[in-house]
Amino acid sequence: MPLIQETDYGTPESSAAEQVTLTIDGQEVTVPAGTSIMRAAMEADIRIPKLCATDSLEAFGSCRVCLCEIEGRAGTPASCTTPVAPGMKVSTTGERVRRVRRGVMELYLTDHPIDGFTSPVAGNSEFQEMAGLIGVREVRYGQDGVNHLHSEIDVSNPYFQFDPARCIVCSRCVRACEETQNTFALTIEGRGFASKVAAGAGEQFLTSECVSCGACVQACPTGSLLEKTVIELGQPEHSVITTCAYCGVGCNFKAEMQGDTVVRMVPWKDGKANHGHSCVKGRFAWGYANHQDRILKPMMREKITDPWREVSWEEAIGRVASEFKRIQATAGKNSIGVITSSRCTDEETYLVQKLARQVFGNNNTDTCARVCHSPTGYGLRTTFGTSAGTQDFDSVEQADVMMVVGANPTDGHPVFASRMKKRLRQGAKLIVIDPRRIDLVRMPHVEASHHLPLRPGTNVAVLTSLAHVIVTEGLVDAAFVRERCDAEAFADWAAFVAEPRNSPEEVAKVSGVPAETIRAAARLYAGARNGAIYYGLGVTEHSQGSTAVMALANLAMATGNIGRRGVGVNPLRGQNNVQGSCDMGSFPHELPGYRHISDSAVRAIYEGEWGVTLDAEPGLRIPNMIDAALDGSFRGVYIQGEDIVQSDPDTKHITAGLAAMECVVVHDLFLNETANYAHVFLPGSTFLEKDGTFINAERRINLVRKVMAPRASLADWEVTQEIARAMGLEWNYTHPSQIMDEIARTTPTFAGVTYEKLAQGSVQWPCNDTAPEGTPIMHMNGFVRGTGNFVITEYVPTDEKVGPRFPLLLTTGRILSQYNVGAQTRRTENVVWHHEDVLEIHPHDAEERGVRDGDLVRLASRSGETTLRARITDRVAPGVVYTTFHHPATQANVVTSDYSDWATNCPEYKVTAVQVSPSNGPSEWQEEYRELTQRSRRIEAVPAK
Amino acid sequence: MSPEKLAYMANQIGKFFAHQKHDQAVAAIADHLDKFWDPRMRSGILAHLDEVQLDPLVREAVTAIAARSSQ
Repeated sequence: MPLIQETDYGTPESSAAEQVTLTIDGQEVTVPAGTSIMRAAMEADIRIPKLCATDSLEAFGSCRVCLCEIEGRAGTPASCTTPVAPGMKVSTTGERVRRVRRGVMELYLTDHPIDGFTSPVAGNSEFQEMAGLIGVREVRYGQDGVNHLHSEIDVSNPYFQFDPARCIVCSRCVRACEETQNTFALTIEGRGFASKVAAGAGEQFLTSECVSCGACVQACPTGSLLEKTVIELGQPEHSVITTCAYCGVGCNFKAEMQGDTVVRMVPWKDGKANHGHSCVKGRFAWGYANHQDRILKPMMREKITDPWREVSWEEAIGRVASEFKRIQATAGKNSIGVITSSRCTDEETYLVQKLARQVFGNNNTDTCARVCHSPTGYGLRTTFGTSAGTQDFDSVEQADVMMVVGANPTDGHPVFASRMKKRLRQGAKLIVIDPRRIDLVRMPHVEASHHLPLRPGTNVAVLTSLAHVIVTEGLVDAAFVRERCDAEAFADWAAFVAEPRNSPEEVAKVSGVPAETIRAAARLYAGARNGAIYYGLGVTEHSQGSTAVMALANLAMATGNIGRRGVGVNPLRGQNNVQGSCDMGSFPHELPGYRHISDSAVRAIYEGEWGVTLDAEPGLRIPNMIDAALDGSFRGVYIQGEDIVQSDPDTKHITAGLAAMECVVVHDLFLNETANYAHVFLPGSTFLEKDGTFINAERRINLVRKVMAPRASLADWEVTQEIARAMGLEWNYTHPSQIMDEIARTTPTFAGVTYEKLAQGSVQWPCNDTAPEGTPIMHMNGFVRGTGNFVITEYVPTDEKVGPRFPLLLTTGRILSQYNVGAQTRRTENVVWHHEDVLEIHPHDAEERGVRDGDLVRLASRSGETTLRARITDRVAPGVVYTTFHHPATQANVVTSDYSDWATNCPEYKVTAVQVSPSNGPSEWQEEYRELTQRSRRIEAVPAK
Repeated sequence: MSPEKLAYMANQIGKFFAHQKHDQAVAAIADHLDKFWDPRMRSGILAHLDEVQLDPLVREAVTAIAARSSQ
């Protein structure tokens, strides 16, 4: 397989409908009006030299090597900044332009290292390639004059360096930071000869506002900005297109390789979710795959207090099978279950739920979506008819008003956030509903029109109040409602929201959001030509999470903002394959494709395929599994790629449940926190080590391709298959494509999906005979359920109350450089940005408690306590504190409560009553847990043979 | 499973459907318990019906499930 190098057309594509025909070097070319001569030439395979131009950025016209001649026009205009015109005759190779190009290139080379063989970009340098294309044969002026050749290299960033000596100040990096990433961290400092690329105001890259997305590195034509892995290893020799294993954006990358060694991950220009952009995690934080903490051999132990003992795959799988059989024989078939992973592929999650249903004979299967977006599934299914977001990411380009609710895209979904920021800079308006002043509220060139800093736990009140304004001020899209929605449900809902108790003036009293702000936000959203809702876990992780999702759906239907581009209700999924793990039937009440287990016709499909009779009753959800473990009716679990001890709420409750079980099997890359309570450890494989698919937040099914052999010899799907075989089932898949074939055969929304099709490009489900190329926008000609269903969303205050002992409200979230429980990102250089969880606290609350910035503080709730450092900031409102859950040393979830969403049991992470006080050291729990972890991770030495 | 916790969760469900007409609300609560609760959770409440604090609509729904189970 060769190194994939996408064609660079030099300037962006024009979207104009009008076509223009011109002649370039005697060849007739027809392109859309507004296309540059450079791009038109490239469309005709005529490659004009260029340095400052690249097709991901607007034309700049500074490097002067792309000059051309146009018949009837004076001079030698830059082909990148000159648009085509009808009948234009262009010459790109005349002696005049050749001479100018050589002269310009020669001048560049007077101030550039001439180290062709030893240069880290040797063999893969756009700059060197252009010198070759232009035909420079000498540098007449030498390099003895004043130059930048000995400038200090900035190596502060852990992943890339900046060598000013190689910089030609073409501004591609600065423009990439502006146009692609929209962060504005880079600039050109100084004038004339003194001009140079600078990160911030004379800072190093690491300490500047740079977010290490890599856009500048990718844009650099000279290798001035270059990945350190390339400097260390040399240039890659082949590449494989695959899909990132971090957030729900699902970016496509080229894994650029030397043999089976990853040299770098470069965002793929043709990736439909990311269009060639990336963030610090996907672009750089893949080193965990080779981290020394990886466990590469299966391990077992009799008791969780014993040290681990390395064993063969056969012995480990045999133990899993015999223990699960023994438990079922003793305690019944419903006494064991599985937890599938949103970090694993669709095929792997499908097999794990199949293991529960076909092999165990029960529906005790759940997934980590339980603790994040399960309310999305319930809420959107109830209102629209299907459990998924309505749009593709590209839809944001048509949005005129965005309402971001309980999400922090610049940290959680950074590549999509760049698209949002771009659209906002083009003039779209923004409403943010969040207790914290997230970055989007105000950042360079982006400012929200309205920020509703609501009190945690009052989402439903505020969203219903927005509906009150829309209904009582006559802002409903009556035609849409009449044509597309259930009339009776709408009438009931409209009467409910119009009640005075739902008015902004009343809701202001509980939410803390001024009534006028609520009214203004409602008017802005309802008045938009295209209003789009984007939301995250700040909506779902509440005792009324499902109600809040339905409240959002109500708003979209009432204003007609559904069923076309630029609108919709869009859950920003947390993990890479949350959508896929839900689609694959991971929930205990649903078979793949969100079909209820009680539906005999659906069960018959799988009974025919699998040759067993399926249980028609729903199984246990994760919190129920823990409760059932404590009462003795649930005794064994196979957990693939999840760390429920660190990620799930009320840690003490979780650990007590796991400790009560007889056989806990953890299948993971590392000895995670849950493995402290495991009896069998099965080593997992990273996304680099297996084939499969991930499905992102826009329902896009993307291929994941193996670029190296599984380091522990088996891919995760093979491990699950071995368990099934050891328990007596003849599973004989030889490739994940066969699993997808089974999924397509049994799931109508996936009927048209094959690996062959996906190899031609990703598709968004539903993909079937009705929509053979997939479905970018849902509900275009009618809701999946028929008519849109308005649901009454009565506000029910949480029972997690503040009081004298716990007067503050804790809400939790994540940060850009870390991912979920941090198992991967903590084992990369990303720790340079975030090496511990910190507690954000408002200056007033800090002063009242005698807490200074950086102090160690005790964070206590009714569930437990931990200690961490305080960061004093007015990003949080008085009365609210915030932290992340990335680090096991903090164990933020020892503090969170057992309260959960009424419909789905999704935990109420976002509202915990706490107290904060100065502390001298770790809490008792932290001390005990640290000791337990040290004991639990002992691995017996293997006796010498 | 703790009957009190199950009762709390059932009452949460009941609050969501409470705005509906009486018979619809009872049916919706029962339907939710049927569709989303493992049978041992339902039986966990049924076994302690006299001890747990259930809102009236929820008690009716759970009683209906009990009646159906005994048939």
